[in-house]
Amino acid sequence: MSLFLIAALPFLGAVFPALLIRAGRNAAASSAGFTTLLAFIGLMLHAPAVLRGEVIQASVDWLPGLGLNANFFLDGLGFLFATLILGIGLLIIIYARFYLTREDPMGQFYSYLLLFQGAMVGIVLSDNILMLLVFWELTSLSSFLLIGYWKHLPEGRQGARMALAVTGSGGLAMIGGMLILGNIAGSYDLTVILQHKEAIQASPLYLPALILILLGAFTKSAQFPFHFWLPHAMAAPTPVSAYLHSATMVKAGLFLMARMWPVLAGTPEWFYIVATTGLVTMVLGAVIALFKDDLKALLAFSTVSHLGLITMLLGFGTKIAAVAAVFHIINHATFKAALFMSAGIVDHEAHTRDIKRLGGLRHLMPITFTIVIIASLSMAGIPPLNGFLSKEMMLEEAYHTTWLGSHWVIPGLAVLAAVFSAAYSFRYIAHVFLGPKRDDYPTTPHDPPAGLWLAPAFLVLLVIFIGLNSNGVAGPLVSAAANAVIGDDLPYYSLKLWHGVTPALYMSAIAVIGGLLFLSQHKRLEAFWNALPRPEAKVIFEALVNGLVRAARAGSDALHNGAISRYAAIMIVFTTGLTYAAFRTGTLAAPTRSVQEAGVLPVIGWICLVVATLAVVMKHRNRLLALVLIGVVGLVVSLSFNYLSAPDLALTQISVEVVTIVLMLLALNFMPKDTPVETPLGKRLRDITISIFAGLGSGGLIYALMTRDFAAAPISEYHLANSYKGGGGTNVVNVILVDFRGFDTFGEIIVLGIAALVIFALTEAILGSRVRARLLNRKPDMPRAGDAHPLMMVVATRVMMPLALMVAAFIFFRGHNLPGGGFIAGLIAAIAVIMQYMASGFAWASERQRFFFHGIIGSGVLIAAATGMGAWFNGLPFLTSAFGYIDWPLLEEFEWATAALFDLGVFLAVVGAVMLALESLARFAWQPGMETEHAMDINPARDDVAEDEKEA
Amino acid sequence: MNHLLIAPVVLPAIVAPFIVMALRHHLQLQRVFSVGSSVLLSIITLALAVQAADGTIQIYELGNWSAPFGIVLVLDRLSAMMITLTALLGLAVALYAIGSGWDTRGRHFHALLQFQLMGILGAFLTGDAFNLFVFFEVLLIASYGLMIHGGGAVRLQAGVQYVVYNLLGSTLFLFALGTLYSVTGTLNMADLAVRVAEMPADDTALLRAGALMLLLVFAIKAAVLPLHFWLPASYANAPLPVAALFAIMTKVGAYSILRIYTLVFGPDVAATAGIVTDWLLPAAMLTLAAGAIGVLGAREIGRLVAFGAIASMGTLLIAISLFTAEAAAAALYYTLHSTLAAALMFLVADQVMERRGGAIVATGPMPQSGLISALFFAGAIAMAGMPPLSGFLGKLLVMDAARDADLVWWIWAVILAGSLITIVGFARAGTEIFWKSHDASISAAPAETSTDADPDPEDAPSGALALVVIFGLVAGLALLTVFAGPVSHYTEATAAQLFDPAAYINAVLGSAK
Repeated sequence: MSLFLIAALPFLGAVFPALLIRAGRNAAASSAGFTTLLAFIGLMLHAPAVLRGEVIQASVDWLPGLGLNANFFLDGLGFLFATLILGIGLLIIIYARFYLTREDPMGQFYSYLLLFQGAMVGIVLSDNILMLLVFWELTSLSSFLLIGYWKHLPEGRQGARMALAVTGSGGLAMIGGMLILGNIAGSYDLTVILQHKEAIQASPLYLPALILILLGAFTKSAQFPFHFWLPHAMAAPTPVSAYLHSATMVKAGLFLMARMWPVLAGTPEWFYIVATTGLVTMVLGAVIALFKDDLKALLAFSTVSHLGLITMLLGFGTKIAAVAAVFHIINHATFKAALFMSAGIVDHEAHTRDIKRLGGLRHLMPITFTIVIIASLSMAGIPPLNGFLSKEMMLEEAYHTTWLGSHWVIPGLAVLAAVFSAAYSFRYIAHVFLGPKRDDYPTTPHDPPAGLWLAPAFLVLLVIFIGLNSNGVAGPLVSAAANAVIGDDLPYYSLKLWHGVTPALYMSAIAVIGGLLFLSQHKRLEAFWNALPRPEAKVIFEALVNGLVRAARAGSDALHNGAISRYAAIMIVFTTGLTYAAFRTGTLAAPTRSVQEAGVLPVIGWICLVVATLAVVMKHRNRLLALVLIGVVGLVVSLSFNYLSAPDLALTQISVEVVTIVLMLLALNFMPKDTPVETPLGKRLRDITISIFAGLGSGGLIYALMTRDFAAAPISEYHLANSYKGGGGTNVVNVILVDFRGFDTFGEIIVLGIAALVIFALTEAILGSRVRARLLNRKPDMPRAGDAHPLMMVVATRVMMPLALMVAAFIFFRGHNLPGGGFIAGLIAAIAVIMQYMASGFAWASERQRFFFHGIIGSGVLIAAATGMGAWFNGLPFLTSAFGYIDWPLLEEFEWATAALFDLGVFLAVVGAVMLALESLARFAWQPGMETEHAMDINPARDDVAEDEKEA
Repeated sequence: MNHLLIAPVVLPAIVAPFIVMALRHHLQLQRVFSVGSSVLLSIITLALAVQAADGTIQIYELGNWSAPFGIVLVLDRLSAMMITLTALLGLAVALYAIGSGWDTRGRHFHALLQFQLMGILGAFLTGDAFNLFVFFEVLLIASYGLMIHGGGAVRLQAGVQYVVYNLLGSTLFLFALGTLYSVTGTLNMADLAVRVAEMPADDTALLRAGALMLLLVFAIKAAVLPLHFWLPASYANAPLPVAALFAIMTKVGAYSILRIYTLVFGPDVAATAGIVTDWLLPAAMLTLAAGAIGVLGAREIGRLVAFGAIASMGTLLIAISLFTAEAAAAALYYTLHSTLAAALMFLVADQVMERRGGAIVATGPMPQSGLISALFFAGAIAMAGMPPLSGFLGKLLVMDAARDADLVWWIWAVILAGSLITIVGFARAGTEIFWKSHDASISAAPAETSTDADPDPEDAPSGALALVVIFGLVAGLALLTVFAGPVSHYTEATAAQLFDPAAYINAVLGSAK
């Protein structure tokens, strides 16, 4: 079977349980089991070849640019792990079917489990380290889901988060390490990297790469000081603990160290980091395990200890130690998975896994007892079980290893760990199963159905067989895997029970005797242990994370405090500062233009402008006054445009000024008349300083620009030259607007239209809320004018209406050749209408309004667009204009231009947008059906008429 | 002249006013036209992307005025990629708004959506700096309208900040353009490139000031620290489908930086040497850090995703600020990913908001919790850059491209630490919202649903359509992952084209010279 298929099968299988759960729990379980079995068979088909020493490969390009390819290979090491993953996976699937209760969502469980399985298979088959990273992180994610499977338990949630944080961070560190490694070797393919031992170990980046990769491996394999997450991961359902947290996932770190062993091992750095970490972990885990009352916690720390043992062996860097490591991986997986499952059985049956509440179970659960006693004795290292064999090899290696010149450190501590290991193994048997039968179990336990004990029983059989006939049962697998780790020249080793009277045998004996001794003194030791001050990892971790969250929250909230004034201040300081820095790092050429003499008029205008601007700043708290002053500023600006020979700009500016002031007055009507002082003096001083600097900066910039010529001929020269020839108009400004850069204008009228729509939508939103009632019941905060519709004004505006529209038409048509155009004309037309609203009232005016403003805006944009599209029919680009001249009889020559049609679109969009904005604002104070009093009535005697009506 | 080039701008520019004018009171017809337009846009942009794939650069001279005197649109691989992404995202958002009923909660949703698409598409296509300003204005004002869609005090307040801050940015844009025009006398990007290269060495100060101000404008749009302040509140308080569309808006800023600072003020231009690289890279790293910290500290799901979006902009800008072809290719791949991922996450957040409110605290269980939590998980994986989705590949590409940079250790450390913090933040939020709510011991506080009005019952939302859109985005991310090879092949070719500005300049100015 192709390696792709083997790796993909679990992922495919993950889909079925989730979908099939409606078909029942058995369907979900069997679909999971079936796909796993299929993958397992596929793997086994490769067994003969792999055990012969062949390497099976399969590859396909995925992201060749990065060097990330879906390359898989199967060698002895990969085969060993894949066998463990799929084989134990199968057992777990059977076990879990009977373990989970009716309330547990089983489809989800199997989906997560298979997801995890696929990720694990991916890790061990990857021939590309980036690919391996992908699967590596996937195991972290799927283990997160599995640990948190019982969502309602706080331990599950915390354990899941802790595991994700620890293993996830290790994985991230490993990304860095792998990238370095790939860069040294020039490829991310494992098979290539494995051939670059010298280059890698000689590289100055060897140590950082090593540390980063080891961080990944240590966190995953729960090595000190990252071991603390594993016991808390035991909040997961027991099948998960048995599978992920003893047999497979926690071995991924070991796998990685074994995988990288050929290139990374053999240096002093490797030895001291890896072996020491392993040693410390082994001892610490064993010691803690003895004092845990929770069965799963005991097993968890025991797992930590055994992982440390294997790490230490790999860290020794000798070939024979690597063989021992490989062998112990197999043995540990068999007895520890069996033990976890048996712990699950006890929990399942007795509804507690607290050792203090258990005891005497051998009478009630004989089958479970048998399983436990074999597996525990193997864990304790009792012959003839498999645990004895590999522990013996470990002790032998430990005996020969010196640490910082000392011959005693490693053997001594190894024996100490072995003593504790034996002690907790015996304790599992003695305190749970031996002793008198009790009558205070939460429920009376008995042996479970076969579905639960078959899987551990099978593993226990393996424990015995490997122990009795290690060469026959595990020999080929061990040698194939060891071959893959250390290369072809396997050292001499023998997997057998009796090696003669060696130091290791003495050490084993000490361990067993010491273990029994410790168990007999357990009560005293426990009292001593409990009296010791110990850091509680979970408390520290939670405090750390919570502290970080609080700090992040405080920092983030303080930074983003929602004060726009501060945001703006930061922005202005940053932009002016950086711009100034960029300016200073360049060279400024001398000015090329001389400064003109200032006449009297400009100086007067300048003084007006400065005074008005300063007055706005001083008086901005009185909003009405500020508005008037802003009007003055606008007026001076338009006058200066006019003075500087820009009549188009002046016209536009002044009409825009009128319209905006009217709209803002309308808006002010609904707002408080004064701006309260909200900021302390210090902040205001800060803002004043910033403003002054920014103002000086922009002034200086503009001065520098105006005193210099263009570096090259500007494009405006072309516009001047071609305005009449190519655009048919002598007013270059207008030709630029409707022709040269008509596309910009098209965009801008859309902006204007959208702005009006937004004002409308905003009004609707506000009027649909509670604000509406408040607005309608609003009491004016200033006395109202006695006459809302003064006679003079009504008369004047009505007379002016046709005149103003005439002016608009005039401005519109002259636009192409003389100052004017659609934009200005639109504003003037809008002003003509606005005057009616102002003088005669909203209701009166809107009654006479026949076109919806939305429609006017839409038609404006559409006319402009249609004009532009007209060019397509001549095969020309969008917005290409055409013009010509018609001789009207009796009249002078008349020019037509499609640009005028475009300008009509502009005109309509402007009128519509302004009016829609006005109407929207007015609606805050007006409801349909309200009538304007007296608007039409310009009879001076109207008050008498009104009184008459009242009486009637 | 290939008129298809202008279609992405003209089509929505016609559909939107038509909706406003004729279909104001017919929501169903609005939906038909909006979706129809979005589908057409997707087809058109895909066709353009196919045309651009072979490396030809097409131009469209508006008004038949040749560059640099008139305005040109330019279609190269980069703009083709960006417009395709925009159109597809626009379609997704249009469908989602219909499915979730969001378009019934205020006026003119579909018209504003089309206008917004027009603005974004135009910004990606234009080859003229001032025209870029115009499209920035279009997309800004339309986005403001969309942002405050549905109203509500908090949203309106955030909207004011959004628009004020961005108007400051627009002002700066005008300063930058004025400066550049006064110095060079042109606004066409290709022409700018020619003239900037010819600038005398003793007259660079003003040019540098202009180039830097322009960069800052784009940095505001791209939410680079410390110019990102407009983003968190406005994205978090906008209707979340709109925030999903906004995922492309920050990319407009990133695109503009990539475009202008390879074409005009490229890394080899002596006059403007150092103005970008000196500070953009550190700022990008700070952006990533601030985003990640914000994710960890978020109290509310909208803000959570908004900060996630900031963090992803940080990663993207790190890649851009390296200004090498390899890093640019990585940046482009990451752009595709982070746009889809952010959009996905905002839509998922909307589903959560609608069901139980946005606060990241345990409440009672919500309907369809399993499904939504799975989608949240997928989105969080994507956003945090975890495998198997494309974010992981994007991150690897960026890190790999940075290996020769001076600050490589800093870059790697910030990206990896940022990922970790983001993961922890999302894990906390997810377990609080989805898992803890199953805990019977948590007194089920009454789920405060969003303050938005319920959708109009007459146009009752079909939850299924909304979920289909979300699944579509997940599928998009999956496709991006599976076909990472071909996609990165395209982005590499795109980056190569970017770092060979001569072809672009010839295509635009060739007819004039």
